[in-house]
Amino acid sequence: MTSEHSTTADGAPGATISPSAAGGRGSRLGPRPVVVLCLLIAAFSLLPLGFVVVATANAGWDTVVKLVFRPRVGELLFNTLSLVLVTVPLCVVLGIGGAWLVERTRLAGHKAWAVLLAAPLAIPAFVNSYAWVSAIPSLGGIFGGVLISVLSYFPLVYIPVAAVLSRLDPALEQSAASLGLGPWRVFYRVVLPQLRLAAAGGALLVALHLLAEYGAFAMIAFDTFTTAIYDQYRSTFNGAAANMLASVLVLFCLLLLVAESKSRGSARYARVGAGVQSNPTRLALGMWQLPGQLALVALTVLAFGVPLWHVGRWLLAGGSEIWVRDDLLTALLQTLGYGLAGAALTTVLAFPLAYLVVRHPGPFSKVLEAVNYISSSMPGIVVALALVTITVHNVPAIYQTSVVLVAAYALLFMPRALVNLRAGLAQVPRELDEAAQALGKPPLIAFLRVTLRLSAPAAAGGAALVFLGIVNELTATLLLAPNGTRTLATAFWSLSSEIDYMGAAPYALLMIVLSAPMTYLLFVQSKKAAGQ
Amino acid sequence: MTSQPTNPGGTTNKAGRTAGDVPDHLQVTGVRKNFGSTEVLKGVDLAVAQGRTTAIVGPSGSGKTTLLRLIAGFSAPDSGRIALAGEEVAGQSTWVPAHKRSVGYVAQDGALFPHLSVGANIAFGLPLRGKAASLRVGELLEMVSMDASYAKRRPHQLSGGQQQRVALARALARQPELMLLDEPFSALDAGLRVATRRAVAQTLEQAGVTTILVTHDQAEALSFADQVAVMRDGKLAQIGSPFVVYTRPSDRATAEFLGDAVILEAWMEGSLALCSLGGIPVRRPPAQGKVNLMLRPEQIRIASGGPIRGRVVDTDYFGPETTVRIQLEPIAADAAHPVDPHQPVGGEIISIRHWNAMLARPGTELFLKVVGEGVVFPLEG
Repeated sequence: MTSEHSTTADGAPGATISPSAAGGRGSRLGPRPVVVLCLLIAAFSLLPLGFVVVATANAGWDTVVKLVFRPRVGELLFNTLSLVLVTVPLCVVLGIGGAWLVERTRLAGHKAWAVLLAAPLAIPAFVNSYAWVSAIPSLGGIFGGVLISVLSYFPLVYIPVAAVLSRLDPALEQSAASLGLGPWRVFYRVVLPQLRLAAAGGALLVALHLLAEYGAFAMIAFDTFTTAIYDQYRSTFNGAAANMLASVLVLFCLLLLVAESKSRGSARYARVGAGVQSNPTRLALGMWQLPGQLALVALTVLAFGVPLWHVGRWLLAGGSEIWVRDDLLTALLQTLGYGLAGAALTTVLAFPLAYLVVRHPGPFSKVLEAVNYISSSMPGIVVALALVTITVHNVPAIYQTSVVLVAAYALLFMPRALVNLRAGLAQVPRELDEAAQALGKPPLIAFLRVTLRLSAPAAAGGAALVFLGIVNELTATLLLAPNGTRTLATAFWSLSSEIDYMGAAPYALLMIVLSAPMTYLLFVQSKKAAGQ
Repeated sequence: MTSQPTNPGGTTNKAGRTAGDVPDHLQVTGVRKNFGSTEVLKGVDLAVAQGRTTAIVGPSGSGKTTLLRLIAGFSAPDSGRIALAGEEVAGQSTWVPAHKRSVGYVAQDGALFPHLSVGANIAFGLPLRGKAASLRVGELLEMVSMDASYAKRRPHQLSGGQQQRVALARALARQPELMLLDEPFSALDAGLRVATRRAVAQTLEQAGVTTILVTHDQAEALSFADQVAVMRDGKLAQIGSPFVVYTRPSDRATAEFLGDAVILEAWMEGSLALCSLGGIPVRRPPAQGKVNLMLRPEQIRIASGGPIRGRVVDTDYFGPETTVRIQLEPIAADAAHPVDPHQPVGGEIISIRHWNAMLARPGTELFLKVVGEGVVFPLEG
């Protein structure tokens, strides 16, 4: 957009210029420079998938068969699948149940509970794992994996479902009641179906996190595809075996996407008709008040209390000695540096995509969205493997530099920025831009002073969420960080791997402290987004 | 400029004009626009005289907003040309973007910038800063009958009508030669709409700005403009003064769009149309023989001595007026008009309005008379 319009902006007043360069005659897909930029960004975001496809094709069918169809893969398959199949339904039940208690019943203190149930997201899964291993040193196997995953990830279902529940038009439930349905049947037949989109979206996120998580499962020695790829990579460096495991993992991610889009179906749940909707009615809990409170207390203690307690315990046990290390400050500064750089790059890359999707909807923007959807499912380990291989072979100059790491962050967290920017841009009607142009501002100036200015809060929100992701990122950082890099996550990881739990505690605390405000932001934003 | 203006009010002879001859300010010639495979504008010609007000009226989807956006410069026509004050702004090889056309634009909801105060909104397009700017903002607010103290408010603190007036003040700030209004009153409720429309019309007239209003509300178009252009299906069906387009619409669809119409089968002979309401004079009939005759309901009066008889079918009470549906008698076959199988039979049911609800009970026999001339349309097909 910018370069196209600068030609008209610099022309003499009243000058006529060739139609091909004019803003009003841009291609139907959108302004040409933006389209080109979007194509480049889409190509960039398809790198990990492309790497997996090319690696599989290059390996040859015989190698693929030899590396994929073996007992070790069967074992990993069993572990990973049972983890997903047990954890996802549990998260959905906890998420919907918690959201319903908080949003639709007269639960005492429901405002505080609403925030508390989202709070576990501020604790990275590998910190959660570390706390639970401290509590139960023998924790491991599928039980340990499920326990830690459910406690870490159920908010991913809870947050979107609660957002939808709080905005659901109570007139629907009142209509159902007037048609003779009791409260339970109203919930089952009217409310639950409306939560399908939010719950399916949350379940997909949980499943993708399960496939991508490394630290939490490595800590309790529970093998999944991701931990196996990491180990394989560390032992044989860039071997075909790691690549093949990665292609199986990617295949699973793609299958999950298909399953989720199938479960969404073609249904759309929007409020029909105009007018202001009233506030949801809350169900009296009566004798269920106490069991409800106890259930939430138990969940919060397990998901939030245990990690905090054990981090606190190690901090106390370590005393002042664990705080004086220079490393802590270095790690904090490096984390902030990577977080800010990554958030800035990701937001800048997401902007043209969001702009095209919002302002020039059509087949091309649909393709861009699909590309983004697919690339958003790529696990950190695959992104890291792809970037390592590509830089080693094609651009050795930037191999193991911070440039590559920041690029990986952009690939991993672009969807977070995109979702926010899209919502923000959608709130800036094109008419405002046009009004500014009719008032004599060249398109570029109009864009800067109106659209960019008005979408800045949304961009900042998206950037904050990207920052949160980077602070807690472990897998890709371990593989890609330049020698000598110590972020909070990698420092925590190396200390706790050496069983220096006391030394690791300050890093855990810092990550939680940095994450807390962003988690709150995510919670607040989800409520707003559901209202649009 | 590549194409030669076909209209004498065009670019070439602006200086050689005689006094009193109003030059065309805007000229739209053969403009076409497609969106994908949909033809939205199918060759539109429109001329708007300096300082006059034109309303483009049409049902939704007729292309009127697209035409306005082409004139504003937000998008470019696929073919045809647009000239502003004699300068071609869109044509074969020319294209002047919106910000270089001296055009003001008021959108449907005002499109005030939510991040700026009212004053900053109005000053947005001004090259002035500081004291000079705030003085000018005060003047502009006064122009739209608002107090200067409103400058400090935020757009969301204003009512819908106030927002539209601020949007107008903002558009007037750069003293545009042409003002484009895109359904600016349609988001307002009925009472506010009339008052805001009147205030806006007055402001624009005082400023002497050439104005184009796009609307789907025919009453608004007829009351606001010096010239009404009726748009239908990507073309301008008729252009003329409000009185002419209302009383002498060019076709049946235009007639029905601009207001209630009574359409009767009729037999046209010379300048007299014979129908269930008797012989109605028609000026310059486009066809003879079997035709459709259009009358406005207010031309049909209930009068005790009237020559035509009808029976009340039913009524709808609206307070000040009652809609009365009347069954007319078939066309009388007499010696002067022998029975012809091709002739219309008449006996339609018509709807008219009357102030007296008590007069017209179902079944009552009424006497009617017709005032003025009818308009005749050839039968379709």
